[in-house]
Amino acid sequence: MTETVAMQALARLVPPGSRVLDLGCGDGAMLDYLQRERGCTGYGVEIADANVLACVQRGVQVLQLNLEEGLAMFGDNSFDVVLQIDTLQHLHNAETMLRETARVGRTGVVAFPNFAHWPNRLSILRGRMPVTRRLPYQWYDTPNIRVGTYKDFEVLATKNSLRILESFGLEGGEEVRWLPNARAGTAVFHFERA
Amino acid sequence: MSFIATPQTMHFTEALPLQSGASIRDYHLAYETYGTLNADRSNAVLVCHALNASHHVAGVYEGQDKSEGWWDNMIGPGKSVDTDRFFVIGVNNLGSCFGSTGPMHVHPDTGEVYGADFPVVTVEDWVNAQARLLDRLGIPQLAAVLGGSLGGMQALSWTLQYPERMRYAVVVASAPNLTAENIAFNEVARRAIVTDPDFHGGHFYRHGVVPKRGLRIARMIGHITYLSDDVMNEKFGRSLRAPTLPASRGSLPPEGADPARGGPAPDLRDYLYSTQDIEFQIESYLRYQGDKFSDYFDANTYLLITRALDYFDPARAHGGNLTRALASARAKFLLVSFTTDWRFSPARSREIVKALLDNRRGVSYAEIDAPHGHDAFLLDDARYMGVMRSYFDSIHEELQP
Repeated sequence: MTETVAMQALARLVPPGSRVLDLGCGDGAMLDYLQRERGCTGYGVEIADANVLACVQRGVQVLQLNLEEGLAMFGDNSFDVVLQIDTLQHLHNAETMLRETARVGRTGVVAFPNFAHWPNRLSILRGRMPVTRRLPYQWYDTPNIRVGTYKDFEVLATKNSLRILESFGLEGGEEVRWLPNARAGTAVFHFERA
Repeated sequence: MSFIATPQTMHFTEALPLQSGASIRDYHLAYETYGTLNADRSNAVLVCHALNASHHVAGVYEGQDKSEGWWDNMIGPGKSVDTDRFFVIGVNNLGSCFGSTGPMHVHPDTGEVYGADFPVVTVEDWVNAQARLLDRLGIPQLAAVLGGSLGGMQALSWTLQYPERMRYAVVVASAPNLTAENIAFNEVARRAIVTDPDFHGGHFYRHGVVPKRGLRIARMIGHITYLSDDVMNEKFGRSLRAPTLPASRGSLPPEGADPARGGPAPDLRDYLYSTQDIEFQIESYLRYQGDKFSDYFDANTYLLITRALDYFDPARAHGGNLTRALASARAKFLLVSFTTDWRFSPARSREIVKALLDNRRGVSYAEIDAPHGHDAFLLDDARYMGVMRSYFDSIHEELQP
């Protein structure tokens, strides 16, 4: 989900000049964009060697760490915004990491594939797990070990005392505000600790 | 074939005050430089060396086979630290045995060889001496200070002692101090040297002997800690030394050997059932490394340098708080560690990263999944070299007007 439009929609949630921590920052494109277009500073966290190299190449500060080991390295409220873009669904300790995101950042932004998007529902109705552009993996060989829906996240946020500041769906780079749980392939939540 | 390097020497008459309260005067520093200092003197990179290395960082010596500098794989024309762009300086530390003033030189006060009377020097003292060299070379600010292991400690110390004198600090396979286990290894090495009957309290030069037995054992234990269990097993396993091979060949198992089974050639023989002969390949390798080392390394230097390692602890003056200790640093950092390095483990590098994050300093951190233990910082690894190259590329870009 590195399409420029989607990136811009998410970047809108990051105030200019913010200190940003991007968990699972990939090749650093988002941080690079935030640094250039919105005057932000910050660090990316990545585990994959190729992504770490890509970040260094584009001048994005990157820390090669395993998110499954937690965020003990980062102090409370030490960032204005903590991003988890297409990261949550890969984590065993997804709930802990959500709490950690809220601890380390004044606000958090989480984006993940919405399993309740209608093509996915249709696929399930037909009796098969969905294989789509957004969820391109076979069920037996997917890095997406946490499959949840837009609505599921609302429940999880409440359980963890998170106040949702804004939420919407993303589909084809466009924001989806009406029935996002059915109409959007990606769920986006901007939250803070309640 | 690398480029030709030429060692130089700078003499300093003015006394250098040392952390211990002592001082050293009339000393010289051996150094090498590669590349060209640019017009605004902004492209200098200082490389700090580790325990048994020197100012000969890159290049080869004219007419000398196999004389590549210790970081020749990383530094040179077109390499990760590109000497077509950067003016790279390697400097030999005080107390060393490769050209700078050390225990085998004459004490100007007594006219006698220093020996055990060479003052104890610390990482901070070395950095001060290096800073004086930069003054003489007319370099107000480094583009970067770079070092691995003990050299990384110097790079870190540079950012605290002279925060404004570098833009970047690159700290590889290093630590904010030594753990008890690490000091323990150093102490075993020191005791091996000091208890060698040829040591003579550090004044062995006047007796015309060298405490080689101690040096050999010091090197053997050191060497074990620089490798990983996996790499040792892969290289040697339980292979027996092939009796047909000459001793000097003993550094590697025979071609095609299956380490798990002891290798084809040694399979043909039974154990020697001897407690003192070389039975296993690993023994042969360690003895070879020890012998080689004792031929060129100075015993007093080994004591001094391991002590400098033990003493380094910038957090000590801040109640053990590394975050407070690093508050004065201004440089942007790159830290690199290696997953199988148990002498300077990734966790120790992460402590530095955390302290820098606490201080909101610029930092990147690469944890390279390499099998070679601490030695990995001297070896070629595409991921390691790629990160170093890209980082120095971005430093170079920043230097452009």
